Amino acid sequence: MKQFQARILAGGRASGPALVLPEALSLWGGLDPETGEIIDRRHPNSGDNVAGKALVLPLGRGSSSASSILLEAVRQGTAPAAIILAETDAILALGAAVAREMYDQAPPVVVVDTAVYQQLRTGQTVTINEDGLISFQ
Amino acid sequence: MELSPRDQVMLNGELGAAAQMALRILTTMSRVYGAPRLLDIESAHIDGCLYHGFSGLEFARKLLNGGARVVVPTTLNVGAVDLLHPEYFRGSEENGRYAQELMQTYVKMGCQPIFTCAPYQSAQRPAFGTQIAWAESNAIVFANSVLGARTNRYGDFIDICAAITGRAPAVGLHLAENRRGQLLYQLANIPERLLHEDVLYPVLGYLIGERSGSKIPVIEGLPPTTTEDQLKALGAAAAASGAVALFHAIGVTPEAATFADAFQNQEPEQIIPVTLADLRATLGKLGTAPDGKVDVVALGSPHFSLAEFAQLMPLLAQFPPHPDVEFSVATQRLVLAELEERGWLEQLQAAHVQVIVDTCVVVTPIVKAQKGVLMTNSGKYAYYSPGNIGLQSVFGSLEECVRSGAQGRVWRDDGVWMVDD
Repeated sequence: MKQFQARILAGGRASGPALVLPEALSLWGGLDPETGEIIDRRHPNSGDNVAGKALVLPLGRGSSSASSILLEAVRQGTAPAAIILAETDAILALGAAVAREMYDQAPPVVVVDTAVYQQLRTGQTVTINEDGLISFQ
Repeated sequence: MELSPRDQVMLNGELGAAAQMALRILTTMSRVYGAPRLLDIESAHIDGCLYHGFSGLEFARKLLNGGARVVVPTTLNVGAVDLLHPEYFRGSEENGRYAQELMQTYVKMGCQPIFTCAPYQSAQRPAFGTQIAWAESNAIVFANSVLGARTNRYGDFIDICAAITGRAPAVGLHLAENRRGQLLYQLANIPERLLHEDVLYPVLGYLIGERSGSKIPVIEGLPPTTTEDQLKALGAAAAASGAVALFHAIGVTPEAATFADAFQNQEPEQIIPVTLADLRATLGKLGTAPDGKVDVVALGSPHFSLAEFAQLMPLLAQFPPHPDVEFSVATQRLVLAELEERGWLEQLQAAHVQVIVDTCVVVTPIVKAQKGVLMTNSGKYAYYSPGNIGLQSVFGSLEECVRSGAQGRVWRDDGVWMVDD
C-alpha cells in the first residue's frame, strides 16, 4: 500500500475504485447528474460512469456551471466518491463545498503531485482520509 | 486567513444563517485560491439564476430562508424562462415551474430582475477600477476589459455569496499586478474594410481564446473607432473558445492607452502575428455545418443592443425571413421597451421574428427545430449550439444571417474576407 499527502481543496474521507480520465472534462454538458454517465461524446471516456468512483482527472474544464452539476450529482447520489486532480480546480472545489453545506456530504477534492498522479490506474482502490492522506495499491 | 471584524461577525452567525453560510463558503474558496483575505466589492452579477437542477433551487431557498439580502447593487443573468413570454419555454412543465421559482428567489434576495448577459449595456455600470464580483463568462470579460472594473471568473453559488456578504477573495484579477498583458497579438496586413466589419470581432475573439490558455492577451492594430458591441462580440467568443477573463486592445481599452500600459512596462512573453489567413482558418472552425440549408437564424448572444437592432431593422425590411425559417433575437427588457416605443417591435412581429428576453436559445429549450442548422453572427451561439441544443451551426455576418434567413439557404458576402484591391 502506497501513501501520499495530497493538497485538500475540499475535505472529507472516501474510498472507491479509481476511474482515470486521460483528458479534462467539463461536467456541464459532460456529465448527466441523473445517471452519473459521462455524456461528452468527444471525450475518450464517453459512456463511463463516475458514480462512487475515485475520479482521477487532470482538471475540470469549461463552464463555471460545473459546480452546479456536481451539486446536482451529489443530490441524486451519482457523484464520484472522490475527485483527484493534477491541478487546482476552483469550480469543482466550490461544487463540493456547497454540497457539504447543503447535503452534509460531498466527495473530497484533492490535488496530488505529478509523480503520484501518474501512478494512479483505473480499477485500483483509492482511499482518502480527512487529513488528505491518499492511499492505493 | 485574515478576517475583518465584520467578516467575523458574519461567520459567527450574528447577521443571519445565510450570511454565515455565504462567508463560510467564501473562506473555504479563499483557501483554494490562496487568498490571504477578503476585499469589499461594489457590485455583483449573478449567473446562479439559470436552472440546472433541483439542488440549485434548494440552495437558493436555503439562502432566502436564512435571511439573505444582497448588500451591493446586484443584477441577474439569464434564467431558463422568458418571464414576459413563458409560453416560449418548451421544456417540461415541472422544470419550467422550478426554473421560474429559481429566478424569483434571487429577485426576493434583492437582485435586480434584468435577466441579461449584457448587464454592462444596462442602466448602471461599474466605474473604472472598482472591485466587483461578476459571473457569466462574457460579462466578466467585458467588465474587466472594456470597463476596467476588476473581477475574477465567478460562477454559480460564489456569485451570490459575494453579493450577500459584499466580499470576495483578494486574489487574481482583483489585484493590479495580475492584470498585466502577457501575450501580444499583432494584426498583420488585415484589409482595411475587414477591420471595420462587425464580423471580424467574434472570429478574432475565437482565435485568441483558443490560443491564450490562462494568459492575458493584448491586441495591437484594432482601430480606435472599435465599438463596444464589437468588443462585446470579441470578448464573448474568446470566453467561449477559451478561458479569457481579461484582454487589452492597445489604444482602445482603458488599461491599454499605450503598449507600455498594457504590459505594465514589461515585455510580452510571446508575440503572435494574426494574418488574414489565420482569421479565415478560424472562420472555418466557428461553425460545424457546411453552407447549405438553414433552419434557424438566431441572433443576440450576448443580448442584442439597441444599436444592433438599428442595423438589423433595414436589413429585415429588405430581406424578410422565409416562412420555413425560425428567426429569433434575444435581448434584454430595457431594449425591448425601446423597441416597443420606436414601433420596431411591431415590425419585427409582422416579419415573424421572435424577440426573446430574460434567456437565450442555447441555455434553454426554446427553438422549435429539433435538428438541422442554426445560423448566427454570434461566436458563442456557434460554439454552444451543437452540444447544447443539437443544432449544427453556421457562422456569418449580420447581413449574411438575414439574407440566408430570407432564402432558407446560406448566402455569402465573399468580399468581406478578401484581400484589398
